[in-house]
Amino acid sequence: MQFMSRQKKLLPNSHTELYGQCLQFYGQPPLENIALSEFETFAVERLKLLKTVENLGVSYVKLSEQYTKKLDQESKNLNFPYRSGPSEIEKRRKDHISHFILRLAYCQTEDLRRWFIQQEVDLFRYRFSYLSSKQKLEFLHKNNLQYDAISVEEKKALQDKLVNSSYAVSGITVEDQDFYKVPFQDALDLVRTRKVYLKAGYVYIPHQDIVTIILNDFRTRLSKALALTARSLPAVHSDERLQPLLNHLSHAYVGQDYSIQKNVGKISLEQIDSLSGKSFPLCMRQLHQALRENHHLRHGGRMQYGLFLKGIGLSLEQALQFWRSEFIRGKVDADKFDKAYAYSIRHMFGKEGKRTDYTPYSCMKVILSNPPSQGDHHGCPFRHSDPELLKQKLQFYKVSPSGISQVGDITFSLNHPNQYFVESQKVLGGGKDIKREMDTPQRSQENSGRGSAAAREAAAAANASQHLAEMTEELDSFFQDA
Amino acid sequence: MPSSDYDPASLPDLLPLYYRRLFPFSQYYRWLNYGGVQKNYFQNREFSFTLKDDIYVRYQSFTTQNELEKEMQKMNPYKIDIGAIYSHRPNQHNTVKSGTFQALEKELVFDIDMTDYDDVRSCCSAADICCKCWTLMTIAIRILDRALREDFGFQHLLWVYSGRRGVHCWVCDEAARKLSVAARSAVAEYLSLIKGGEETVKKVVLTDPIHPFIRESLAVVERYFPRYALQEQDILGRKESVDKVLSLVPEDILFTVKELQQDFQNEKKPESRWKLVRDQATKKQATAKKGQYFEKEIMLQYCYPRLDVNVSKGVNHLLKSPFSVHPKTGRISVPINLKELDVFDPFAVPTISLICEELDRPRAGEDEEKSEESKDKENEKDAAERRKIRDYKRTTLAKYVKYFDQFLDAMARSWKGELLRKSDLQKEF
Repeated sequence: MQFMSRQKKLLPNSHTELYGQCLQFYGQPPLENIALSEFETFAVERLKLLKTVENLGVSYVKLSEQYTKKLDQESKNLNFPYRSGPSEIEKRRKDHISHFILRLAYCQTEDLRRWFIQQEVDLFRYRFSYLSSKQKLEFLHKNNLQYDAISVEEKKALQDKLVNSSYAVSGITVEDQDFYKVPFQDALDLVRTRKVYLKAGYVYIPHQDIVTIILNDFRTRLSKALALTARSLPAVHSDERLQPLLNHLSHAYVGQDYSIQKNVGKISLEQIDSLSGKSFPLCMRQLHQALRENHHLRHGGRMQYGLFLKGIGLSLEQALQFWRSEFIRGKVDADKFDKAYAYSIRHMFGKEGKRTDYTPYSCMKVILSNPPSQGDHHGCPFRHSDPELLKQKLQFYKVSPSGISQVGDITFSLNHPNQYFVESQKVLGGGKDIKREMDTPQRSQENSGRGSAAAREAAAAANASQHLAEMTEELDSFFQDA
Repeated sequence: MPSSDYDPASLPDLLPLYYRRLFPFSQYYRWLNYGGVQKNYFQNREFSFTLKDDIYVRYQSFTTQNELEKEMQKMNPYKIDIGAIYSHRPNQHNTVKSGTFQALEKELVFDIDMTDYDDVRSCCSAADICCKCWTLMTIAIRILDRALREDFGFQHLLWVYSGRRGVHCWVCDEAARKLSVAARSAVAEYLSLIKGGEETVKKVVLTDPIHPFIRESLAVVERYFPRYALQEQDILGRKESVDKVLSLVPEDILFTVKELQQDFQNEKKPESRWKLVRDQATKKQATAKKGQYFEKEIMLQYCYPRLDVNVSKGVNHLLKSPFSVHPKTGRISVPINLKELDVFDPFAVPTISLICEELDRPRAGEDEEKSEESKDKENEKDAAERRKIRDYKRTTLAKYVKYFDQFLDAMARSWKGELLRKSDLQKEF
């Protein structure tokens, strides 16, 4: 891409050709010159779109009615293509260019790449769902995905198994449609969720489900492309006009990540118990309680809770003391702790191994990665707990009954456990006053404080989820601050 | 059996003996070299050792079998872990430009740990196991082995006893070794049915249609359920157990639970009680659209394998090596012969103290072997050398090494094919 500060050189005919199809794989970068202002606008708007894609994906089932309606709306608002039609050429051009700009911003680290790929795949899936069967087939051919269809005899023999493997496959589907044999590595999403029949390393996919194959292909290609883009970054960064914008774009998605500790040493270990009752979000309170009760936490819990503690201001020395004193009360002796567990705590603070200073987990990360299993206490109670048990817990923490029923109906919005802590401390008159407050003896206000804080958490969940656009509004203010 | 005579304090004395005379180095190398089909496959493999006083060293690598032997005999590791095959020799990773040292391939592995079943076994908890709950491992192996072979098409699976409270599976097919992180995670998710931690009561939920994989797994569970769960674990015996089982019947079928509780007052035999539960479920399956498979869900929650997805996901994840010693129990991590799975007894697995003891004990027929050796003058190998090769054969370890050999023979046939293909491509004669 070449950038000029003033003129756009438009070749209308070739645009009509280039953007004749409503959906594309972004195989070829745009070759025209575009104005710097367009460059900025396009990129920011696509980022907003991708943020919406992310939020909707957490709150709704992908491709459900609410999901598609809201994404339709957002696409319209931001002037992106969302249906096939003749007047879509300009929008498709914007789509094309903005995608490639964001590649520049999001190819730099593993985390950024993962995020970008995930949202682009989801966006693609949504747009693909609007294509006709014929158009979908065209994509297969375009991709050179030569998968074999199984014979009619084999279909008959496998009929029961095929029908029982997928909710969407009926006896009629088996009779009417071709089924393709695809190596399982090319259809991981279907394998992961067990939505397909798998035999001897091949999945059997009806024609109607070919989308998953395409998505996989799209994901792989994008991943490779990003790796390549990363290598040509130095050349791009040398252009002074682009560098600040690209930096903005790649930081915007993360929001505040609480990796830079602002209050190191301001929290003392004695405060943790009472802080956990007042200002910890439910997930961390749960972990803290489990730690106190069992004098132990498994790896997932240690990571989630340990990084949170780092985020609220615990120093490495404090953390070591904290974990050590608790584990010693259990089955671990001091020696064993120093050998086995101290290493991983230092690792969390970036003092071992590849010295990455790990960032405390955002709610998104807690909800979506590493679900808890038997013996675990980590995860998100609003996502991972039994509804009944969750109700009981909230009652125990003195959330009002109306607050509880609100939580039951609401889906949680994006946030960060450390953000909860910071906000809670502010409300309770925290900040510099934290120490002073802790020193004064138990007051009756403390009890109501605990209850109201918890109610506020539940209410926050109720409110925030109704304003998904909040996240994109944050984005605006980000750019204004710059 | 003398196995129970193992004393952890004796490890420093036993390990040198084990690594000098018993550890099956040539089979071990044969395995990890994978027929030499890929260059530097063995040389780029990471090993990690846990030494005396819990000193842990990573990024160990070796160029030859001989070097591996010498190092292990020098360091006498308490524990050995196997990691991935990297882009460069692990022991030189510090000299490699940052970012270019990458884990490339590794076997697909699974780790089944008895502790993960604590909420559903009444006989033991934590690190303890007994013959009653060991059935859970048998069930896990049968279910996973079938799925990995029939559903995923893998052929070369090595199941290994971990030495204390679980089993590991090493899937050694080439396709398995080349799987990406995403693929490994997808395989592990496909095989997972138990969802939820401490806070979740009902950990298995089935919806229509029931996938063939679940049906096959259920078939295995049903074979073992009457004896394992109803008799040995007695889950429908004591009141607390019964309550726990009934808590898995869905809420909106409350009337069912009340009915069952009443029926149980008259019916005390576990088998009959279970039949009552099944009958209720059958009734529901005729009418209800949700929660109607609760009897299957109960069976699965009590018996279905629980695997740690994180172990299987990572290409660079380190896992305990076969033939490694378990420092707490002294047991050797031996391969399990699936043909004898139903009679496998973890308490009969040899300990390091047992096999070291057996080294000194002459076996019946040994005298005949000795005279054969002295007769054979044309044999180039030194008598001592030959004795060393046969040492493990004098011990209980022998049959496990033999089984390992058979496993390697089967794989070797595929390596041969690969080598032929490669030499054809290079037109070597």
